[in-house]
Amino acid sequence: MSSNTPDYVLDGHDREESSLRLSGDWVQGQHHGDFAALQSALRVSHPLRLTADGAGLGAWDSILMAFLLQCHNYCREAGIDFRTRNMPEAVERLLAVATAVSAHEPPADDAPHWLHALRPGKLLRDLVDRLRESLGFAGEVCIALARLVSGRANTRRIDFLTFCHQAGPDAFAIISLTSILVGMILAYLGAVQLQQFGAEIFVADLVVIGMLREMGVLMTAVVMAGRTGAAYAAQLGTMQTNEEIDAITTMGISPIEFLVIPRMLALVAIMPLLTVYANLLGIIGGGIVAGGMGISPVVYINQGLGAMTLAHLSVGVLKSFLFAALIAVAGCRAGINSGRSSAAVGQAATDAVVTAIVYLIVADAAVNIIFQQVGL
Amino acid sequence: MGQAHIEVRDLTMAYGSFVIQRDLNFDVNRGDIFVIMGGSGCGKSTLLKHMLGLIEPSCGDIAYNGRNFTRANAAEQEAMRQRWGITYQNGGLFSAMTLAENVSLPLQLYTRYAPAEIADIVAYKLALVGLDGYQGYYPSEISGGMRKRAALARAIALDPEILFFDEPSAGLDPISSRLLDELIAQLKDSIGATVVMVTHELPSIFAIANNSVYLDNNSRTMIAQGDPAQLREHSDQPVVRQFLSRSAAASTSAAASEESQ
Repeated sequence: MSSNTPDYVLDGHDREESSLRLSGDWVQGQHHGDFAALQSALRVSHPLRLTADGAGLGAWDSILMAFLLQCHNYCREAGIDFRTRNMPEAVERLLAVATAVSAHEPPADDAPHWLHALRPGKLLRDLVDRLRESLGFAGEVCIALARLVSGRANTRRIDFLTFCHQAGPDAFAIISLTSILVGMILAYLGAVQLQQFGAEIFVADLVVIGMLREMGVLMTAVVMAGRTGAAYAAQLGTMQTNEEIDAITTMGISPIEFLVIPRMLALVAIMPLLTVYANLLGIIGGGIVAGGMGISPVVYINQGLGAMTLAHLSVGVLKSFLFAALIAVAGCRAGINSGRSSAAVGQAATDAVVTAIVYLIVADAAVNIIFQQVGL
Repeated sequence: MGQAHIEVRDLTMAYGSFVIQRDLNFDVNRGDIFVIMGGSGCGKSTLLKHMLGLIEPSCGDIAYNGRNFTRANAAEQEAMRQRWGITYQNGGLFSAMTLAENVSLPLQLYTRYAPAEIADIVAYKLALVGLDGYQGYYPSEISGGMRKRAALARAIALDPEILFFDEPSAGLDPISSRLLDELIAQLKDSIGATVVMVTHELPSIFAIANNSVYLDNNSRTMIAQGDPAQLREHSDQPVVRQFLSRSAAASTSAAASEESQ
């Protein structure tokens, strides 16, 4: 053992006084004496007084201080009188600062075992709570909308226009890309099957009807949920963190009217337009694939126009209004109910997207069933 | 010693063509508690950010221990920064981490302590600021004053040579603010660090500072330098005396235009 290895020796095993002689360099990278061993030695001898002697001490850093603090805390608990002797002046001073306030006792952690967290009853209750909360939020939004219609809401037109711009023109590029590709995928999928019957020409019908009724609006909604819904949650969550929402509330302005309504209306106004745009690009994408399979553009357009009815178009556009409202509600609700830390804002954005996509799929299925029943 | 710990030479700070402060020249000696003073909006925090290397000066140099920081390459700057502890205006604690994780992060990154030792050192650092036992708390679960102290614990994790504070006692009650001042002074004495702080809390300034620079909003340069207690009585600049004695400064045009900004 070299001379500068940090170590301690516990002297004088009587009831009166023990001294703890420290030696060597108590710095990082050196393997120093373990406090647990000292603790058990002290428990056995249990002196009335313990004096830490720093006469043999070499270099030192925070690790020495951490060790002395542990000694001090143990001695205070065990009723031992702890003193220091021959310590560098800075050590004495730091120890005095560190021991000025006694350690805080955190309340006992009553986190349940993970198996207990799996209670199905609680899960169901949480789900119901969540659903009720969502409905409550939707209700507040409805009230705010009613106030807006009667002209009493604190909703600013400029906010609405800003969010329209964010949701609309700024999203063109990504919507263009996804809808062209979805159109192409639909065309490929159909063409391979239809070729078996020599009915390739009906690819045009498949793409037009598929895009108009289903894929155009659903893909747009999914992209907007990830893009705009998450952005809404992050914006409102950050405002919650910065106490902006508290400020709005105490000014007597309803956060729903001031923050949620413009976002929601912007999305409801923009989504149908984006959907029509996505439909158009999807059909063009399908046309590209059809062209590759030997269907001339004129034939494709003719066949497609034959399949394009107002009913198909309106089904998609009607859905887009509903989806827009759902995305906005999911995003804004997650944001407003967000916690007040950066991690909570991230959680809120995730929540917004997941909830929005679940809403979308469920709503899409429900709407399809209803349209099926009414024969649209 | 002899040599100043921090030297600022001909520093001009500007955003584009908009000059904030020009021709700053001052030294911070080893062991000083150095205060950057001035009216609101005069560029105090901007000066601090220049000293931290967060903003490039438009001209001039800042040197630490005689080594030029401004002209150093990124790796050298990084190495120099490791010897500093910094607390930001709002604490700058990572809100997604517990206090223990916040304080142990620099220890894990830059030291060779074993994990068990790091836990002991974190307890010690938190004890220094009176927060031992709060290891498992998140910054959002403790009060503003405790957050400031927790940020201080993180700043001193690596036993820094220089401690930078941006408005350490802003938003604290007078008692907590005084306790924080005392803590800063005690820690400074014990670990032998140099302290640079931005503040306009007069009680703090007179309680602990022994050197300072006053940035003037009107002339856009420093107009006074030295021990704040001396400056209050003997500065040849009326604005500085008024600032430090907190007199109603409506009489001078300089102060009047400062108010209107």
